[in-house]
Amino acid sequence: MASDRLVVLIAEDSPADRMLLSTIVAREGHRVLTAANGLEAVALFEQERPQLVLMDALMPVMDGFEAARRIKQMAGEALVPVIFLTSLTESEALVRCLEAGGDDFLAKPYNRVILVAKIKAMERLRRLQATVLEQRDLIARHNEHLLSEQRVAKAVFDKVAHSGCLDAPNIRYLQSPHALFNGDLLLAAYNPSGDMYVLLGDFTGHGLPAAIGAMPLAEVFYGMAAKGHSMPEILREMNAKLKRILPVGVFCCATLASVSFQRRTLKVWNGGLPDGYLLRADGSREPLVSRHLPLGVLDAEDFDERCEVFPMAPGDRLFLLSDGVLEAENADHQLFGEQRLLAVFDANRQPQRLFDEILTAVERFRGRAQDDLSMIEVGMMDVGMLSSAPVPFVDTGQQGPLDWSASFEFRAESLRSFNPLPFLLQLLLEVRGLRGQGGALYSVLAELYSNALEHGVMELDSSLKRDAAGFSRYYRERGERLACLEHGFVRFHLQVRGDQQGGRLELGVEDSGKGFDVARVLAEQERLDGFCGRGLSLVRALSKRCAWERGGTLARAEFHW
Amino acid sequence: MDDQHLDNAVLLGLQEVMEDEYPQLLETFINDSRDRLGTLQQALGAADAQTLRLAAHSFKGSCSNMGAPLLAGLCRQLEDAARRECLEEVPALLERIAAEFAIVSIRLKGELQRHRFG
Repeated sequence: MASDRLVVLIAEDSPADRMLLSTIVAREGHRVLTAANGLEAVALFEQERPQLVLMDALMPVMDGFEAARRIKQMAGEALVPVIFLTSLTESEALVRCLEAGGDDFLAKPYNRVILVAKIKAMERLRRLQATVLEQRDLIARHNEHLLSEQRVAKAVFDKVAHSGCLDAPNIRYLQSPHALFNGDLLLAAYNPSGDMYVLLGDFTGHGLPAAIGAMPLAEVFYGMAAKGHSMPEILREMNAKLKRILPVGVFCCATLASVSFQRRTLKVWNGGLPDGYLLRADGSREPLVSRHLPLGVLDAEDFDERCEVFPMAPGDRLFLLSDGVLEAENADHQLFGEQRLLAVFDANRQPQRLFDEILTAVERFRGRAQDDLSMIEVGMMDVGMLSSAPVPFVDTGQQGPLDWSASFEFRAESLRSFNPLPFLLQLLLEVRGLRGQGGALYSVLAELYSNALEHGVMELDSSLKRDAAGFSRYYRERGERLACLEHGFVRFHLQVRGDQQGGRLELGVEDSGKGFDVARVLAEQERLDGFCGRGLSLVRALSKRCAWERGGTLARAEFHW
Repeated sequence: MDDQHLDNAVLLGLQEVMEDEYPQLLETFINDSRDRLGTLQQALGAADAQTLRLAAHSFKGSCSNMGAPLLAGLCRQLEDAARRECLEEVPALLERIAAEFAIVSIRLKGELQRHRFG
């Protein structure tokens, strides 16, 4: 076979031995180069780059040890086997051959059979090394290719992910630059009324498969949050989407939370992530426990989107973390675990040092740093300190309809499962003059709707929300009553009129409830700044005129432009 | 034939490997060995133990390849003496090597004759 033909360099100072060796090697079909000393051998090697060298140890001018060293150096990573020809018997001399880079020995007198076998063995070794180098280079090229693909993917993803509000002043977060390809996902966005939605997700697996689901998840999250969809709706849609597109066994452990600065509430849904925490200003903490399966596991009909609601006062902080913290492992295969995390919480004195303290504790525990941890902390703030994102709308450049009215009635069955707000908001934003006040419009719609539904139709007593225990009872009852709602309605009356200068929207929200003592409640609300006292005064602050009619069953508000 | 001077089995093997170039191999050995004897004499005159040692080592290797065990053995003793720098042992050894080489080269020339004309 032609490919078995090698170029073999023979360096040997004795002419008879050189001739004998050359003949043996040439008879095997190889091309032979001969040198009478080490210096000649090095020069020939440089010129001809033979694949194998037979090298006498003791030669005049330059001995075989030095020549072998130089040849090995020139060969670099490629393996050029050097077989030392020697009648040396002292072990010290044999050691010198090996130290000079020799790969094998051949003793004099030469034995043809052994020489041929050694050349073949060395050739196998040489090919093995060449294959290893080739594959290493191939892997390096593939890896570089993969990394550049990941960079592109990350750049595209960052455009989507960074449309959010992770840079808001009340958010602190920590995320590895490789997070996307570790399957970690961190998103934050405002809804039209300025509530903040936060999602911490952890896809199963690593690499591209773990990253691939992040894009659609982020799209759903941002799209729906911006349009004013509620948490349950967003959760349902995210779950359905992931269930549809992800292969079996790939899913996303996630915590979705919304922080309402107007109502001072925290709403949480945790599916499969470690406990998050509501860290109170007084040092106490409320665990936010996983009560659901991860996103992308259950079919729509089995999916449970129920959230828990907590009162959240200024100074309270929401803290979420990925399982990287708890599952950090030390050399003895122990996990960092919840107890160690809680100890860090307990020892923490300065809230802004918490992340560093957790990182330090994990590092000390493992003996080295861990770079794949994701954490986020969201603080409760006063409404005025945050700027909400503009409500997204595709502007066609047209005025939109300017003289119309419409009424909608949503009855019990619809109220149970349908959120009319995004639909109404999109309809109203067809009117160009209203687009600039989309946030205020949504906030007022949301407030009037929840009043009509909760206090009107379902007759929940808002005074329950005065303390934390009553607060959770209120939301528990709200869920229970809504689930079995049989009667009642909420009506929306919309009246839009325009003129040369501007126009106005007259909004009416009517419910089937018993109404309330408007004067008394309004007076009470003036005094309150608790969990329940913000709703009506907010409506009055945001809309041009507002009033309650028909014994409190019909709320009216106006927007002008 | 068991021969201390030249091992016939080795020569047969060489003949098989070298084919047509067998005579040339023998001639090369004879000429090279003559040169080496000269080198050894000079080195002795200059009391150069290192050169003595190298030349003896190399000569020993060739002899073993050519199937001249007695000559190879004498070269090994010379190499050994040079390594130990016992130059007083060298003249006697060199004399024995020259005598043994004379026998070997006569035998090899005979082999050449046989090969060419036999």
